[in-house]
Amino acid sequence: MSIPSDLKYTRSHEWVKAEADGTVTVGITDHAQELLGDMVFIELPKVGDSFSQKQECAVAESVKAAADVYAPISGEVIEANSALADSPEKINQDAFGSWLFKLKPSNPAELDGLLDAAGYQEVLDSEDH
Amino acid sequence: MLIFEHARPGRRNYSQAPKTSASIDDIPDHLLRKKQPLLPEVSEMDTVRHYTRLSQKNFSIDTEFYPLGSCTMKYNPRACNALAMLPQYLSRHPLAPEDTGQGFLACMYELQEILKDVTGMAGITLAPMAGAQGELAGVMMIRAYHEAHGDFERTEIIVPDAAHGTNPATAVMCGFKVVEIPTDKEGNVDLNALKAAVGPKTAGLMLTNPSTLGVFEENIAEMSRVVHEAGGLLYYDGANLNAVLGKVKPGDMGFDVIHINLHKTFSTPHGGGGPGSAPIGVAKRLLPFMPVPFVTLEDGKYRWITEQERPQSIGHLSAHMGNAGVLLRAYIYVRLLGREGMNRIAEFATLNANYLMAELRKIGFEIAYPTRRASHEFIVTMKDIKDKTGVTAMNLAKRLLDKGYHAPTTYFPILVPECLLIEPAETESKQTLDAFVTAMKEILDEIEQQPDMVKSAPHNMPLRKLDDVKAARELDLCWKPGA
Repeated sequence: MSIPSDLKYTRSHEWVKAEADGTVTVGITDHAQELLGDMVFIELPKVGDSFSQKQECAVAESVKAAADVYAPISGEVIEANSALADSPEKINQDAFGSWLFKLKPSNPAELDGLLDAAGYQEVLDSEDH
Repeated sequence: MLIFEHARPGRRNYSQAPKTSASIDDIPDHLLRKKQPLLPEVSEMDTVRHYTRLSQKNFSIDTEFYPLGSCTMKYNPRACNALAMLPQYLSRHPLAPEDTGQGFLACMYELQEILKDVTGMAGITLAPMAGAQGELAGVMMIRAYHEAHGDFERTEIIVPDAAHGTNPATAVMCGFKVVEIPTDKEGNVDLNALKAAVGPKTAGLMLTNPSTLGVFEENIAEMSRVVHEAGGLLYYDGANLNAVLGKVKPGDMGFDVIHINLHKTFSTPHGGGGPGSAPIGVAKRLLPFMPVPFVTLEDGKYRWITEQERPQSIGHLSAHMGNAGVLLRAYIYVRLLGREGMNRIAEFATLNANYLMAELRKIGFEIAYPTRRASHEFIVTMKDIKDKTGVTAMNLAKRLLDKGYHAPTTYFPILVPECLLIEPAETESKQTLDAFVTAMKEILDEIEQQPDMVKSAPHNMPLRKLDDVKAARELDLCWKPGA
């Protein structure tokens, strides 16, 4: 699966989309869903909760493992994709199309520190034994 | 099929027996049930057949090779069972006077002494009822130790990323913050990351050695020095003790507290979630904090040490002393083996694992840490196979069931993609290992020739491939009438 070039990425396998209105949309990458396998539950953050960068803010639970999802940048949750609660398998079907939550960044400069598609590809390559 | 589904209204144990019913006139009305209890109405024969059939569907160490990595599914000698089931043991009340139970107490005392000797620790208590409880007790002691020294700033426990999930869970249960450190390419804990992680906040390090990657921590002496110099204590997760038993002592590696899984290394049965048993061993400085009770020998008499004599003890872990029946089986096992036999456990556990690893590599499986000698277990990664054919580690595991083998552990440790963690244990013969290799070779050929058949396995089991997503999402364990 190719890595969309219009998104930013973290080493912990979140994708981040910078929206035109200054907010960001966050999901987990296709690589992450592949590692985890069939999704069973998604625990989403509450709207209004604030997180600092790299803080655990959601949980993706699959038939194999429960994995923390980290806030890629600091900010306040303005929307959570509650449709995923009933159909977490959407993440398996389309990871880059299934967002988890949207943040209003408290420090937009943190966005610049995230990986681009090529940088994320390098992370994946170095993880392969 | 559930036993409730065999039920027919009014069916009783055996139909020819006269119906009897006792008068309930003397039971006050408010204590009487308004409805019949929901019990299956089945005959005795239905019941026997139902449970016998279930047991026949089960994979067990008594029927199949069971190479479940990290679980040490070794054979449970029948002698241990037979002797532990002597009526004198079975009918002894846990709180019977010490005078009338000297034989039982002697067994417990000697088990403590033998475990002390083979692990190199200063004290052993048999109290924990499972591995997780042993961990909890161990980390509680680390906490009690620091608090007894007025050291309240030590709030962090360091755990390598390869650890069993119970390690961070235990640390959190005990109120610590978990600091995770990475593993290097060779499967060792990243020593520089450890050095960077320790400090005045370090309460301790939890380590499994050999690790869950099936390799011995080569830098254990240095790791021990780093943690101790920072003022922390070392916790040994005994999950993989089988690999070193009789060869290396955790006490000599510098560990301050350890738990031992009797249901692994000491061959007591793995129950379906219990009864386990995880004695803990401590270094001298943790002796005052050991859970009670444990047995001591004074002037030729055995007696319990209780909180009266150990005011700093972290307390009781159960109503009394631990799982007596399991402890007896372990005691008999160590006495049957003796010192010489115990020395051979690690030798043959390691030999079997390395033989199996070499044979599987020969037929084309990829080993996750090819440069390392296996401890008692090793990891196969199916990542390349999955990329080429779409067949996953889980598919192969299910296909192994068709061929009469319990599957190895799959997808653990999560550090290695598409992995199988394989642990043969020392109780298996070369013939069994060879037959397993043959089955694995057959599956490799099937993956090549008919991958869809492997993907849809199992084919010969009482049930076909299960919907594990549905099982997890709609967890429904209660039978309801008419459901």
